[in-house]
Amino acid sequence: MKYKDQVLALLDQDARLTASEIARMLDAPEAEIAVEISELERKGVILGYKTMIDWDKTEEERVTAQIEVRITPQKGMGFDEVARQICSHPQVQAAYLMSGGFDLTIIIVGKTLREISQFVSENLAPMESVISTATHFILKKYKDQGVEHDLAAKDGREVMMSW
Amino acid sequence: MVDYSQLLSERVKIVKPSGIRKFFDIVATMEGAISLGVGEPDFETPWQIRRAGITSLEKGKTFYTSNWGLAELRAEIAKNVQRKYGLTYDAQKEIIVTVGGSEAIDNAIRSFINPGDEVLIPEPSFVCYTPLTIMAGGTPVALPTVAEDHFKVTPERLRAAITPRTKLLVLPFPNNPTGAIMTRSELEAIAAVLRETNILVLSDEIYCDLTYQGEHTCFASIDGMRERTIVINGFSKSYAMTGWRLGWAMGSKELVAPICKIHQFGIMSAPTTAQFAGIEAMRSGEDDVLRMKRQYDMRRRYLVGELRDMGLDCFEPLGAFYVFPSIRSTGLSSEAFCNRLLEQQKVAVVPGNAFGESGEGHVRISYSYSMAHLREAMRRMRAFLRSLKEG
Repeated sequence: MKYKDQVLALLDQDARLTASEIARMLDAPEAEIAVEISELERKGVILGYKTMIDWDKTEEERVTAQIEVRITPQKGMGFDEVARQICSHPQVQAAYLMSGGFDLTIIIVGKTLREISQFVSENLAPMESVISTATHFILKKYKDQGVEHDLAAKDGREVMMSW
Repeated sequence: MVDYSQLLSERVKIVKPSGIRKFFDIVATMEGAISLGVGEPDFETPWQIRRAGITSLEKGKTFYTSNWGLAELRAEIAKNVQRKYGLTYDAQKEIIVTVGGSEAIDNAIRSFINPGDEVLIPEPSFVCYTPLTIMAGGTPVALPTVAEDHFKVTPERLRAAITPRTKLLVLPFPNNPTGAIMTRSELEAIAAVLRETNILVLSDEIYCDLTYQGEHTCFASIDGMRERTIVINGFSKSYAMTGWRLGWAMGSKELVAPICKIHQFGIMSAPTTAQFAGIEAMRSGEDDVLRMKRQYDMRRRYLVGELRDMGLDCFEPLGAFYVFPSIRSTGLSSEAFCNRLLEQQKVAVVPGNAFGESGEGHVRISYSYSMAHLREAMRRMRAFLRSLKEG
């Protein structure tokens, strides 16, 4: 896995790069890059390829919330089990175990505020291990996954006669 | 009615207008057109450098500086040059801060060129040397470089071009538009030709930090060359600071003092805010330079690979941020190629002859663009070349 770090850095920036393009950029044999990518996929280092979408620019109604969850682990139901149960809901985009004042951060997407509060009251709060939840709605996304919204693809350079 | 044509100075009249501008004005109004023509970094100036400029303004540093530039900045430049090339320049007398490298080039030419003096200008090259020579009253003499020589100046060609009237040799490496570099041993060979002459050298090293193979050699570091070389450099390309307009010239005090003489009357001093930002760039910008260079290098290899794969003969550029493929295999002239590529696929590249006649048969493609932009441009260019073959 001679090129692993560089391949991951490039795909992290742009998942659409092909093995042949990466090979050219790194001055490496294409076959070797292709093998490394499938190795990384097989080992679960690369989990998938997704598109970054600015949903605010679509007709789609979407609300994102970050929920802080406090938990008492119970017998046979540690943090991991609780988290897995929460993750099984398709609305949950992300779930992280946290240090500090609470235990889990859940990122959840719904169509309306109501839908999200319903999820909290029906699916999250009733769980035996869950002590409390605090829901914060996201008002505006400035930067997501390393990409600044509204700034992408803007080229402010003007034409010069003497480049 | 004023007849302006009667009023224009002969020196201005004789300079031909640039053909690039017209071309890119069309691009700007064409829906969906993409350009590969830009000759400046696509990166913004690193934040800590911008911050230093802002801080200087907050502190009220809004006055002229010394004509020579801030002493602190000159000291940093001297340190930088010492570290990189082992060259010692007196920050008091041998370095002048200018409005970009361009001003330094203009002043240097005007400082030493009399009517009838010949200036040797490698071709293809950045477009300013010839008009600036003409406007200084000198005679530009093209020193053609060719793909077979990797667009380098060779001692044979140099020797053949030297006449008793030769006053100045321009050495623009790493080169815009070819991306050619010159190694230490190649520069040694040039120095050997110059050593017995009284010819000055204007070494424009603005792309020095964008060298992708080996280390850049400053021409003044070649034995015996320091005394005859005006080194031009700047912040634009290394630190992505084009809009700040900051550069410098350095050389022995006999070479730099006349540059300052012109500068003090025409310019007074380089922008103060930019000079404060420049100090920060010299102190903390090294990592940023390397970060940007790594990006350019990947794009460079990608483009060379793509263009060769499309069947174009592409010399491997080892510096700056341009590739300069030959388009002769298409049977089209540089301009016809560019016009048709723009019409058919809405991609703008610069015809090689814009950089001198010896650039004919080539086009300049800049890679100061994101990979996504370059990929789309290469997809279109591939389609264009295929249509030429089939058509």
